[in-house]
Amino acid sequence: IKCRELISLVNEEKRNLNLGGHVGFDSLPDQLVSKSVTQGFCFNILCVGETGIGKSTLMNTLFNTMFENEEASHYQNGVYLRPRTYDLQESNVQLKLTIVDSVGFGDQINKEDSYKPIVDYIDTEFENYLQEELKIKRSLFNYHDTRIHICLYFIAPTGHSLKSLDLVTMKKLDSKVNIIPIIAKADTISKSELHKFKIKIMSELVSNGVQIYQFPTDDEAVSEINASMNAHLPFAVVGSVEEVKVGNKTVRARQYPWGIVQVENESHCDFVKLREMLIRVNMEDLREQTHTRHYELYRRCKLEEMGFMDTDPDSQPFSLQETYEAKRKEFLGDLQHKEEEMRQMFVNKVKETEAELKEKERELHDKFEQLKRMHQEEKRKVEEKRRDLEEEMNAFNRKKVAVETLSLSQPLKKDKDRKK
Amino acid sequence: TNTQEKQYVGFATLPNQVHRKSVKKGFDFTLMVAGESGMGKSTLVNSLFLTDLYKDRKLLNAEERINQTVEIIKHTVDIEEKGVKLKLTIVDTPGFGDAVNNNECWKPITDYIDQQFEQYFRDESGLNRKNIQDNRVHCCLYFIPPFGHGCMKALHEKVNIIPLIAKADCLTPNEIKKLKDRIREEIDKFGIKVYQFPECDSDEDEEFKQLDKELKECTPFAVIGSNTVVEARGQRVRGRLYPWGIVEVENQSHCDFVKLRNMLIRSHMHDLKDVTCDVHYENYRAQCIQEMTSKLTQDNRMESPIPILSTPDVETEKLIKMKDEELKRMQEMLNKMQQQMHDKDQ
Repeated sequence: IKCRELISLVNEEKRNLNLGGHVGFDSLPDQLVSKSVTQGFCFNILCVGETGIGKSTLMNTLFNTMFENEEASHYQNGVYLRPRTYDLQESNVQLKLTIVDSVGFGDQINKEDSYKPIVDYIDTEFENYLQEELKIKRSLFNYHDTRIHICLYFIAPTGHSLKSLDLVTMKKLDSKVNIIPIIAKADTISKSELHKFKIKIMSELVSNGVQIYQFPTDDEAVSEINASMNAHLPFAVVGSVEEVKVGNKTVRARQYPWGIVQVENESHCDFVKLREMLIRVNMEDLREQTHTRHYELYRRCKLEEMGFMDTDPDSQPFSLQETYEAKRKEFLGDLQHKEEEMRQMFVNKVKETEAELKEKERELHDKFEQLKRMHQEEKRKVEEKRRDLEEEMNAFNRKKVAVETLSLSQPLKKDKDRKK
Repeated sequence: TNTQEKQYVGFATLPNQVHRKSVKKGFDFTLMVAGESGMGKSTLVNSLFLTDLYKDRKLLNAEERINQTVEIIKHTVDIEEKGVKLKLTIVDTPGFGDAVNNNECWKPITDYIDQQFEQYFRDESGLNRKNIQDNRVHCCLYFIPPFGHGCMKALHEKVNIIPLIAKADCLTPNEIKKLKDRIREEIDKFGIKVYQFPECDSDEDEEFKQLDKELKECTPFAVIGSNTVVEARGQRVRGRLYPWGIVEVENQSHCDFVKLRNMLIRSHMHDLKDVTCDVHYENYRAQCIQEMTSKLTQDNRMESPIPILSTPDVETEKLIKMKDEELKRMQEMLNKMQQQMHDKDQ
């Protein structure tokens, strides 16, 4: 097919034109937004942190909702992930929020494998999306996206540095998910300690090459606020759903004998900063990064594993047809092989079962024979006994007859005696 | 409001975030125009986008067009309005319907559309998907001559078709109405799937619903385009100057141009893209995969397994399951016999 492209006088493929009036495509963003609002949004948060560090409380505080939570026990013998989905609405925006909790994290003595269930969960969600993408009949536009958009990593407020578990886990997760580290229960750290703590944490992360999520600074509208927030990481947060009266207002706070820690007071903790960054400014960017960076990386690795390449060793781009044919041959070959295996296995199993059955049959037969013999033995014995009995009976009868004849003859004698 | 403020979490800003990001990213749109030469396609495109895309065009004369094959010519321009950037591609099909024998004139167009789908499919299936360019055709304006008829069937399941009555300034309002009815009948009779406006949301206000209804009843739009600006009723407007009067392009009682522009650009541009991605492209993709695998299948035991999917074949799975069950049954029988013998012993 011939297709000519008109190349303009400017040395580019396209040229900029001036419009003679208002065309109207400036409504395109609004068209897009209206469609997104109708579809609804979804957002998935993963909370990783030790039991009791305040993950559930923080979620309740962030979203101003009491999500149902039983307190987790400290006696789990492994880490498992507990996802819960909620439908929230604010003005005309509907949000399908999924909160995934890491239960049992940090509770075991041997924590070498603690990161594994978390990594597996993230990979599973990527895999689900990939499977949907590879289907013949797919419906991506109304697919419920369950991929994790953000991992909030809760750091214990020791005041010294990260724990080794923290470092290991974050290193495993940083190429798979956006990580925002936060210092939990920040009301146990004083201002000066906090400053040193934050610096120590960030330097440890940097020196170990852990890639945490950076708030984007490429969009002029938000670059300033994002840049300044980047400098405050990790956020030191305090969560609370209890309300305390301060002055003439009621605020969410924690009441201590020595004072009241207000959640939304920026000089008390960074909760407001976290909420601003996570929800009000960068939520969409988090979703985008998950899709275009982390998911693409997963997909590329997975496809390469499966044997797909963009170019063959001679770096000629494969045609789709060839790739299909090659894969198809391989697949058929595998299939045949598997079928052979299965057939073989089946034949073997049948033979085995047959042999077993034969064995059982033989056993049965033997048993039957034995029983028969026993029966015959018994019969013989009974027969013998019967004969014996008969003998005895005969003997008895004979004796009886003898006695009878004797008794018959005896009375004659008596008569004879009397006559004398 | 104090309680309201307290309850406010903040994700209601999501639409704004989406808005912001989309403006930054920019938009793209590919529009195809199809119809015989001289139908006013280029003029209409210029009128729609208030610019002149065809400055360097050369028109062929009749002799050159006898054996004219259909060419496909792409113009790509970057236009911006109120901070919103649009990369607009107009796909022209000169030569369409111009030759004496026009039986094959559809083929280059459908081939082009399929080619774009294939390219996108290839890109989408590749490993590195960072910079995929979307060249798929989002909409095809099909120009029906005011005195004739068209045949859109070849295109109808590949692209969003918007049929237009071209050069409507040679038809009186009555004639326009009759022609529209006839075209609508033909569309129904031959089952041609033209682009359907999506249904209004039930919570839209009455005025909007009324406008929407009027829009739908007005199709196919009868349009007039113009490259010249004339003075009418004290204003400078795009129009055509005749001895008997001035036809104004943007006058709703003269033609449906404004309706077309509003629909195509101001309210449904994004929906046209969505339908292309979610319906036409997906159909192409599904068909493509099925064709490819059925072509390569000599073994008709299998129901075309798809090489890309790593899940095992459906047929084989069934087989495995069946055999598994057989084995289970035999095992059960064995157990029963054992039990019976055991009972006998006792």
